[in-house]
Amino acid sequence: MTGPVWPAGSAPGSPAGSSTGSSAGSSVGSTPASGVGSTAAISVEDLSKRFRLYRERNQSLKAALLRGRRAAYEEFWALRDVSFEVPEGSTFGLIGENGSGKSTLLKCIARILRPDAGQVRARGSVASLLELGSGFHPELSGRENVYLNGSILGLSRREIDARFDAIVDFAGIDAFIDQPVKNYSSGMYVRLGFSVAINVDPEILLVDEVLAVGDSAFQEKCLEKFAEFRQAGKTVVVVSHAMGSLRTFCDTAAWLEHGRLVRVGPAAELVDDYIDEGHAERETQTEAASRWGSGEARLTKVELLDARGRPTTRVRTGDTVTVRLTYDASEPISKPVFGLALENLEGVYVWAHHSRDGEFVPDRIAGTGSIDLVIPRLMLQPGTFDLLASLVDYTTTHTYDFLRHCYRFDVDAGRPRESGGIVALGGQWGNLRAGPAAGAAGPEADPA
Amino acid sequence: MSVLSHVRGSRELLVNLTLREVRGKYKRTALGQGWSLLNPLVQMTIFTVVFGVLIKVQPDPGNPSGLNQFALWLVAGLLPWSFLANAVTSGMGSLISNANLINKVYFPRETLVLSSVFSWDVSFSIELAVLTVVLLIFGGSPLLFLPLVVVAVVLLTAFALGIALALSVANVYFRDTQHFMALFLQVWFYATPIVYPYSYVQRNASPAVETLYRLNPMERFVAVFRNLLWDNRLPALSDAVYVLAAAALTLVLGWAVFRRYEGRLAEEL
Repeated sequence: MTGPVWPAGSAPGSPAGSSTGSSAGSSVGSTPASGVGSTAAISVEDLSKRFRLYRERNQSLKAALLRGRRAAYEEFWALRDVSFEVPEGSTFGLIGENGSGKSTLLKCIARILRPDAGQVRARGSVASLLELGSGFHPELSGRENVYLNGSILGLSRREIDARFDAIVDFAGIDAFIDQPVKNYSSGMYVRLGFSVAINVDPEILLVDEVLAVGDSAFQEKCLEKFAEFRQAGKTVVVVSHAMGSLRTFCDTAAWLEHGRLVRVGPAAELVDDYIDEGHAERETQTEAASRWGSGEARLTKVELLDARGRPTTRVRTGDTVTVRLTYDASEPISKPVFGLALENLEGVYVWAHHSRDGEFVPDRIAGTGSIDLVIPRLMLQPGTFDLLASLVDYTTTHTYDFLRHCYRFDVDAGRPRESGGIVALGGQWGNLRAGPAAGAAGPEADPA
Repeated sequence: MSVLSHVRGSRELLVNLTLREVRGKYKRTALGQGWSLLNPLVQMTIFTVVFGVLIKVQPDPGNPSGLNQFALWLVAGLLPWSFLANAVTSGMGSLISNANLINKVYFPRETLVLSSVFSWDVSFSIELAVLTVVLLIFGGSPLLFLPLVVVAVVLLTAFALGIALALSVANVYFRDTQHFMALFLQVWFYATPIVYPYSYVQRNASPAVETLYRLNPMERFVAVFRNLLWDNRLPALSDAVYVLAAAALTLVLGWAVFRRYEGRLAEEL
């Protein structure tokens, strides 16, 4: 009876799965099958949205009169005949490259954009987390803005009264609530906006890349809130480029390409296929996001090599990889310590290791050379990661060179394949011991 | 019909947006809402000096009130005009100045125009209240006519709203609209008997021009407001009907235009 199976990769009864087949026309026969999520919270039918690309964006009457019409434009279909259903109580991801129409689709569902053909039907109230404080008036106090923003999102005064404390609490700005919001830091501003939006408590929540809001403590709170949402059986639609979190976060996903629907299916499968098709391929990032150090020796190159020694930005869980650091020491350096660290896209510090702890400290280096760190099995879950590299002295207090985010790479699903998170631990399920009352239940015992 | 239920459903939002406009307008000013009175006061002084003292425009005394102060006569017509000009100007720009909101959230878009027009109703009401007190001090008796003044305010609001709704979408598609309108409002101001009495037009213009002149709904609105506040008598029936028809027609047309073009607002902004 409890809806969301989590993680959803193996959920057997996801309806809209492969039956949707290739593209439009398939009126998803409303299968009243398994009790879970048989009704659609959102149904999108043959949705098309066209944009006008003005050759010259000259919105003047004179230009229009001279031409006898408004500025010449080309039409561009941002969405073409997209049909799918979002089952009630599911978390639904939209994936695709930039410009594939994901955000347009989300805006159509949110009724911000009006479709040119087809229709979107949403059952229940919809709130979108696209805004984040966009309705705030800088001169008004936080309190006044909460009421204002709440009513923009469709809450009545009494409803806001009831949620006010929760909203302020969630945003963590109690002390400043009667200050004009223009005095807020940008973080506070966004947090308050997010807090109002998420406390609207709609039946359907639309989220566009907001997981990158605020500091990590606040992000954690947001994720908790999302989890609560799902547990309450609400529907969430997410647009994101963070494939790793989409894979773990969503039950079902839709894959868009150039405004057309490629496929709808279980999220984990779809994300893996999407990545396998090389859509998330990235150019090698050679410029570091930032760099500092005294410069007696410099790291001239950071590379990730696959098992055959070729540079790569795309590896799989469990692969053998080598990180090669190339250096150029203009002055001889004794007992240098090389360091490497990993962060994921959300900025979580995942791992670090330096050569002093690795008990590999050369007596001295001079001129150019390189050093390798071999990782026999890359135990990272699918996702995108950034490398940080450093060259410091033996005490690790003096930095010769430090490169932040100098190499970005993607991890695709490989072996071991685990359900979610950042790291793969290679855990094994087993050793089922039935209690005295239970019958002999097989591994597929879940009755739902 | 559906329009009404639409608006009713977003009443709360409307109230909040209007409050935002009202509160935001004079935030961080020492005078606060005082500014909304200072503006008409200065205008009144300028026009009184130029037209009342220098040019010696002489309106007929209030009939039956017997009032005979140029400044009061002027203000009874100037206030409705200022309301219209302000409401149309800010209502017209309300979609563009809230582009950010339109692109991010769905809510009935007309509430933006409505709230910015309604926010001027607040100033208008304060101004009218002050005027009423002053009229009383000078011996007028406008109190009996206040309910009708309220009706007239409602009609003028509807009229302004109709114009603002239509122009607000036009302004999104053609930004010229606001500049054009700024010019047009100046012409309109002098084409309406605000700083001079209507009798001057009667005296100097041919009947054809006069008929044309009287097509201007604001001429009728000003007449109605002056009848109620300055003369303290019921307006002519023809004026009342004209004003009612103009307000209703403008509102319906304006709303229809708005409805027709609001669908693509988010992408055009």
